[in-house]
Amino acid sequence: MTMDRRNFIKLLGGASTVALAACAGSPAVSSGSAAEIMPKSGRRVVVVGGGYGGTIAAKYVRMLDASIEVVLIERNQQYVSCPFSNYYIGGLISDLTPLTIGYDKLTANHGVKMLHAEVTAIDPAAKKVVTTEGTLAYDRLIVSPGVDFRTEEIEGYGADTADVIPHAWKAGPQTLLLRKQLEAMPDGGKVIISMPLTPYRCPPGPYERACLIANYLKTHKPKSKLFLLDANPDVVSKKPLFTKAWSTYYKGIFEYVPGKKITKVSAGDKTVFVEGIEDHKGDVVNFIPPQRAGRIAVAAGLVGDDKNWCPVNATTFESAKHKDIHVIGDASVAGAMPKSGYSANSEAKVCATNVVALMNGKETIDLSGINVCYSAINGDESVSIAGIYKVVDGKIAAVPNSGGISPADFSQARLERIYAESWLRNILTEMST
Amino acid sequence: MRMQWNGWALAACAVGISSMAHAAPPSPAMLSNACAGCHGTLGGSAGPSMPSLASQSKHAIVEAMKKFKSGERPSTIMGRIAKGYSDADFAAMGEFFSKQKAHFPEQKFDAAKADKGGLVQEKHCGRCHIDDGKDGKEDTPITAGQWLPYLQIQMDQYLSGKRRMPEKMAEKVKPLSKEDLDAVMHFYASSK
Ligand SMILES: Cc1cc2nc3c(=O)[nH]c(=O)nc-3n(C[C@H](O)[C@H](O)[C@H](O)COP(=O)(O)OP(=O)(O)OC[C@H]3O[C@@H](n4cnc5c(N)ncnc54)[C@H](O)[C@@H]3O)c2cc1C
Ligand code: HEC
Ligand code: HEC
Repeated sequence: MTMDRRNFIKLLGGASTVALAACAGSPAVSSGSAAEIMPKSGRRVVVVGGGYGGTIAAKYVRMLDASIEVVLIERNQQYVSCPFSNYYIGGLISDLTPLTIGYDKLTANHGVKMLHAEVTAIDPAAKKVVTTEGTLAYDRLIVSPGVDFRTEEIEGYGADTADVIPHAWKAGPQTLLLRKQLEAMPDGGKVIISMPLTPYRCPPGPYERACLIANYLKTHKPKSKLFLLDANPDVVSKKPLFTKAWSTYYKGIFEYVPGKKITKVSAGDKTVFVEGIEDHKGDVVNFIPPQRAGRIAVAAGLVGDDKNWCPVNATTFESAKHKDIHVIGDASVAGAMPKSGYSANSEAKVCATNVVALMNGKETIDLSGINVCYSAINGDESVSIAGIYKVVDGKIAAVPNSGGISPADFSQARLERIYAESWLRNILTEMST
Repeated sequence: MRMQWNGWALAACAVGISSMAHAAPPSPAMLSNACAGCHGTLGGSAGPSMPSLASQSKHAIVEAMKKFKSGERPSTIMGRIAKGYSDADFAAMGEFFSKQKAHFPEQKFDAAKADKGGLVQEKHCGRCHIDDGKDGKEDTPITAGQWLPYLQIQMDQYLSGKRRMPEKMAEKVKPLSKEDLDAVMHFYASSK
């Protein structure tokens, strides 16, 4: 009954074009296992993706209404957090254990049923998901698949490119690889980080990474140089704080270069090309490709006119494309809320609340959301950005005169590092217990 | 095994944009759940420097939020957050967290200090930090079972003058040694 792994992956790779073509009028072909598993007896919510959004959605649906069965589908046995993965890359933590969580307590404490499988297709009309283990029926589906990369827009980017010039924009083996490359680089080497145009996962993430790699070089390889090639015309997040950190701590070792959109790479030569021509060669190259919603969201036709991100209702996170399917986290277009782990957590609770309301025929409740993102600027200081969100005229908007960034004199930065560490503990504990 | 499900996507493409039904304003739970990414599920904190809000008194939470918002109480981040909410929101969140089950984290403390701290608390603090800190007079926060690192940060801020003590509390705190005050923090942390 099982399918040849390689064929399966090939089919998967073709899935997005097939589903998109289907919307233009041709028939759809999806692959996966047809056998129905876990036949549905009562009301059921299926959640796709056990990351920052999906774990919380699954848990809160169960907390709010234990009579609803919840199945959480995740391809991996464990989840490694992107938040704080830059600490590992910069040598501030020695392994990924503090960033790694399992799913067993979500089952033990909340009765969330785990299915470790790859979701290969979604049938919105029949209300079924197809996975590598079989198909499942749902009453409502919550999709939180994170991001995938638009590598087809990058000339020369192949299946092995990330093994040579890692993105490290999904935590795990890629994170380990980037640090290994930095450690192997001789003093006096050149490091390049290349980041895409917005929107991408975690607006301050690349700038935090620049700080922590610069901090590593300053400490261990002071003759080296780091360049951040930003496709954007200017720093897109916490600008006063990052520019201050760079000029205070990393003068001479770090250079910020805006307006450098990479359209071509040559992994073998560790070279990236701006608009296909101007080339930049490094000893270590961290190429972060442009992004879109996770592949399954694209394959299921959940993305909007931009073909990249999923438009949703600002109160329920129900897809604008398909009924009874909700999209949260990085994959969704959540108005003013940025693509962050904290946003995904907050959106998941709003979505869970309203999924439960809808399934019980109750009135839905408007969003009240928060985003907070701490960024490390060196070995013992962090800065933050905060935002409070409400629905205005059907759109998610920041509450005026609230939120904002830390003071630019870094007077709170040591204390904020201490709170940042507790933030990580709390949010990972929320996701895993 | 492979199968083909023809026509799915076609049918699905016909579904229109979901209608904009009327929704109720944010409920107490909706407001409060957003805080849990930092303060823990239902306010039970797992991070040693982040205070638990579970079973904290409504009065203490509302007062803290008002003072964060006005800037009277210094903060790294709560000031920026509190500015996003109204007094009615503060009351709703205070009520929500006050009703949650108390959270006593497994935490390290010095037993000898805790013993000594119990005596100091009884004599100097108990008028407002009632019942070994398990209750609080008016807006006095419940301190029993709170995280030790959080309490120590707060006591540091009081002593350095960054956070202003209520006058009557200052009268009791000022004459005491740093060691005695730290002992009280260990006592609060030892509460189960
Ligand atoms: C370097 C870096 C630093 C960051 N720092 C911060 C920070 O400090 N604070 C912050 O708030 N955010 C931060 N972020 C952003 C944060 O990681 C993301 O915003 C967050 O993970 C989004 O949650 P999500 O649920 O949308 O996706 P994810 O957390 O990526 O979860 C998606 C899950 O779905 C699974 N999945 C996907 N497709 C399928 C499928 N077809 N079948 C089965 N399973 C599937 C994946 O395996 C994954 O586990 C950072 C990101 C990076 C890269
Ligand atoms: C970014 C993480 C973060 C978020 C989100 C957050 N808090 Fe806080 N909270 C803190 C920190 C840190 C402190 C300590 C004061 C400071 O430095 O800001 C604190 C302190 C508090 C206190 C004081 C506790 C005491 O014992 O005196 C209250 C009350 C509080 N927060 C309520 C809330 C509420 C209500 C929300 C949601 C609207 C919220 N917090 C959201 C981080 C957070
Ligand atoms: C007259 C009443 C009173 C007395 C006496 C008093 N306190 Fe307090 N305490 C308060 C109030 C009110 C607050 C909250 C005020 C604020 O906003 O800072 C508080 C806050 C605190 C906090 C911060 C708790 C938090 O969650 O942020 C600590 C720690 C504390 N007190 C310790 C002590 C100690 C130790 C003593 C005895 C030596 C003491 N207090 C005596 C009224 C009192």
